[in-house]
Amino acid sequence: MKFGVVVFPGSNCDHDAFYAIGNVLKKPVEFIWHQSEDLGNCDAIILPGGFSYGDYLRTGAIARFSPVMNSVEKFARSGGMVLGICNGFQILCEAGLLPGAMMRNSGLRFICRHVHIRVEQTSTPFTNAATKGQVLKIPIAHSDGNYTCDQSTLTELEKNRQVIFRYITPDGSDDTAGNPNGSIANIAGICNRERNVAGLMPHPERAVESALDSTDGLIILRSMVEALVGAAKATA
Amino acid sequence: MATAPTEIRVTPEIAAEHGLSAEEYSRVKQILGREPNITELGIFSVMWSEHCSYKSSKVHLKRLPTRGKRVVQGPGENAGVVDVGDGLVAAFKIESHNHPSYVEPFQGATTGVGGILRDIFTMGARPIAVLDSLRFGPITADGGATQEEAARNRRILDGVVRGIANYGNCFGVPTVGGEVGFEPCYSQNPLVNALALGIARKEDLFFAKARGTGNPVIYVGAKTGRDGIHGASLLASAEFTEESRQKRPNVQVGDPFLEKLLLEACLEAMKTGAVVAIQDMGAAGLTCSTTEMASRGGTGIEIDLAKVPQRESGMTPYEIMLSESQERMLLVAAKGREREVLDVFKKWGLDAVVVGEVTDGGLLRVNDHGVVAAEIPAHPLAEEGPVYRRPIAQPPARRETPADWFQFAKEGTNLTGNFIKLLGSPAIASKRWITEQYDTMVRTNTLAGPGASDAAVIRLKDPETGDVKRALALSTDGNGRWCQLNPRLGAMHAVAETARNVASSGARPIAATNCLNFGSPEKPEVMWQFSEVIDGVSEACNALGTPITGGNVSFYNETLGKSIYPTPVIGMLGVIEDPSRVLKITFRQSGDVIILLDGSTGQDNHSERSEESLFSGEFSSSEYSKTIAGIVAGEPPSIDLAAEKRLIDCLVALASAGILHSAHDISGGGLAVAVAESCFAAHDQALAGASLSVNISLDSKAPAEHVLFGERGARAIVTISASSLAGILDVARQYGVAAQQIGQIIRDDEFRIQYNGRAVIESRLETLRGTWANSLERVLAVR
Repeated sequence: MKFGVVVFPGSNCDHDAFYAIGNVLKKPVEFIWHQSEDLGNCDAIILPGGFSYGDYLRTGAIARFSPVMNSVEKFARSGGMVLGICNGFQILCEAGLLPGAMMRNSGLRFICRHVHIRVEQTSTPFTNAATKGQVLKIPIAHSDGNYTCDQSTLTELEKNRQVIFRYITPDGSDDTAGNPNGSIANIAGICNRERNVAGLMPHPERAVESALDSTDGLIILRSMVEALVGAAKATA
Repeated sequence: MATAPTEIRVTPEIAAEHGLSAEEYSRVKQILGREPNITELGIFSVMWSEHCSYKSSKVHLKRLPTRGKRVVQGPGENAGVVDVGDGLVAAFKIESHNHPSYVEPFQGATTGVGGILRDIFTMGARPIAVLDSLRFGPITADGGATQEEAARNRRILDGVVRGIANYGNCFGVPTVGGEVGFEPCYSQNPLVNALALGIARKEDLFFAKARGTGNPVIYVGAKTGRDGIHGASLLASAEFTEESRQKRPNVQVGDPFLEKLLLEACLEAMKTGAVVAIQDMGAAGLTCSTTEMASRGGTGIEIDLAKVPQRESGMTPYEIMLSESQERMLLVAAKGREREVLDVFKKWGLDAVVVGEVTDGGLLRVNDHGVVAAEIPAHPLAEEGPVYRRPIAQPPARRETPADWFQFAKEGTNLTGNFIKLLGSPAIASKRWITEQYDTMVRTNTLAGPGASDAAVIRLKDPETGDVKRALALSTDGNGRWCQLNPRLGAMHAVAETARNVASSGARPIAATNCLNFGSPEKPEVMWQFSEVIDGVSEACNALGTPITGGNVSFYNETLGKSIYPTPVIGMLGVIEDPSRVLKITFRQSGDVIILLDGSTGQDNHSERSEESLFSGEFSSSEYSKTIAGIVAGEPPSIDLAAEKRLIDCLVALASAGILHSAHDISGGGLAVAVAESCFAAHDQALAGASLSVNISLDSKAPAEHVLFGERGARAIVTISASSLAGILDVARQYGVAAQQIGQIIRDDEFRIQYNGRAVIESRLETLRGTWANSLERVLAVR
């Protein structure tokens, strides 16, 4: 099992994802340079947070043309596990690997704080270690996290159970009041129809030790590990 | 010597327009042995500007204590460096970007952050935290400003906050703390002081010292444009007038994305072993970096401007040498290994060009298309600039009588209303609206972000293995109002408060950096303030064992002849040996006992004295007096540095013993505010419904307001479980600190403080919290 963390110019949560997997979960992990088309036999790819290409033009709009994205796309189309966190989510939308797009936060400001998200689906490799309806405390840090899509896409997302995380108040009672950025249907994270590609605005890699105020991010990263272990067993 | 043909002839008038006095100009001619050409004049004028040369402050700065056993690098390099154990060193420094932030708040703040970050990674240290110390004019009309002024101050604050956020967030460094203050004197001269901290292995440090004749000099990073020309000399080294807003073109423009690439490329290039020396191009750009590297190394440098990457065509040597375009570095590589360095920058998509070489003979020689554009001995240019012993005059004593002081409320008055007003004042209210715009967590080292602890706490991951052994605590502080009333005493308080903050997070304070914001040094009373502040900082730093390792002086903070309050901002660094023992302000558990620790017991026990006039003089300088009565008078509280030291030692010992559940020092707003903030923090931590409040009983002969809201130092409140009471009393006694039980944490939504058996503050906790949490946002939402 090996994780790969892609480094775009301007990625700045690459080290954090690397640390969460390598030092906290103690699983093999390596960086993949954006100009490389070689994914180094990684079994799961993480597109980390940050400001790839300085967010110029539009978040994720330039990074999607990086050479590495050709390989990531091939990898995803063949069923490989890809997680986009924050800027990574934005890149996946721009690359067409996930539906929808990002707008400026409704408050028009960058927001960094812990938010709460509810796990809507557990039948994905990113959430299989969670229980349905479980509320996770995970930080956000973005100015463009206002996820949007047209009505028919939203209907499809809901019908195919692709909305995997929704913002929620800490007690799990109200999603609109817990939504920090105005995203449609309070969406915090989605997966593709095949369920092997997911993106979310909150940063699970920032919630991996109690010293950082929450360990709930580990539930997402552990889900990926378990899915890889399961897949390895299935092919063995 | 050949000079460029189409040159303006330098006259004494042109020299004067460049800010050089007649005396300075004749010194220039003496050093050169001839008249300077226009490029040389420009070079001298920036190098000898107040901002770059410290000509008015030098003689005083010498009095600061700068040595200590942990100090690896004191003032004089890009940043101070201290040993923090396990082979790691911390590089840190604070710098001002005040004038640019008034002229163009967003870009001014942005480039302030960018500049201080470059100072850190120039030394080979990866930046891991930023703190900002900000001062603005009143943001509400009742704070002593007109509606129009208040609206402008809000716009400045908004731009500055967005600028800091824009740069730090994109660059990928967490903005973890700092403070924000409001006084009328900052209305047309806000203060934007940014502190950055970086970490490196000791053997990986780099210095800005050119070595090795024939070694190539390499220019890396952004192209040079016409932006920021004379930023250091005209903007930072002159006071403001009506026309200052026209100086917007002198403000630089920042690009955090480029700086992020520059950071990664520089650290990677340094690892090749082919880099000999490196310096960022900040104030005075190419001029300062070439001159200082050559001067420090005792060498010369020769560069060819034709090779400098340029953003626009037709730039003159004068413009290229004086440009303050951001995100640029100059480095010296080992001869024959330049390819290794250039390749790294190419990988990161950055310009990197050999523009010259290190020479012997000590000359800075600037060639432009085969013509010598400037030729100046580097060492005299950098080190033999003017030094002034400016006249000093103590301003006449203020004519004050006790009638001008704060009048305490009658015994038995309910003070709840005043308390709520205080909690909602911009100085005391929650700064969350500001700090949530900063990424406070990137790099996953933040153990205590803004407001969680009295200091920001950052753990140290080993740069190679990621292992965590220790944490660092950082705090900034400076009370301009107190320094205005008594500069020396105010400065001592600034040092003591930051040290106390650091100790309240569980860390041992080890070293400090300072940013000295003052009015015009040409005014004798400003120089008196400056001199007094230096003596105050020195005395306090000596007493607390925290040398000053670097910093910055910002003079000419005045507009239309009116100076700001003298505002020294101290940044204090501390070490926590065990990162699991970080102390936060949050109350943790109902039933816990609240203890007031007071280092000044026995010597100067205020609670035993009863004459009101003894208290009202110092109380008149408090946040409460200003907010409730509009009175700013009297003197700051007297200070007892030995008492501060005892309290600090006691807090550090208690923290490492692991028996404290929370700690919070007493500062602005006094004991009542400290207790309330610890309740509010508990509310934010807990999920719905679990409010922790307090029942506090205070008995004293001093007036109630003095006991509740007085700001005397050397005090902190800590909480412990009832069973640890004997233990804490023991430790406190051992350190000579008084420990008095003043109350208990209860599970309740009523907040109560009794004074001599009578309730003087009584409110629903939610009312207090709502005012404190939302008032800044309510004010700033009005544009």
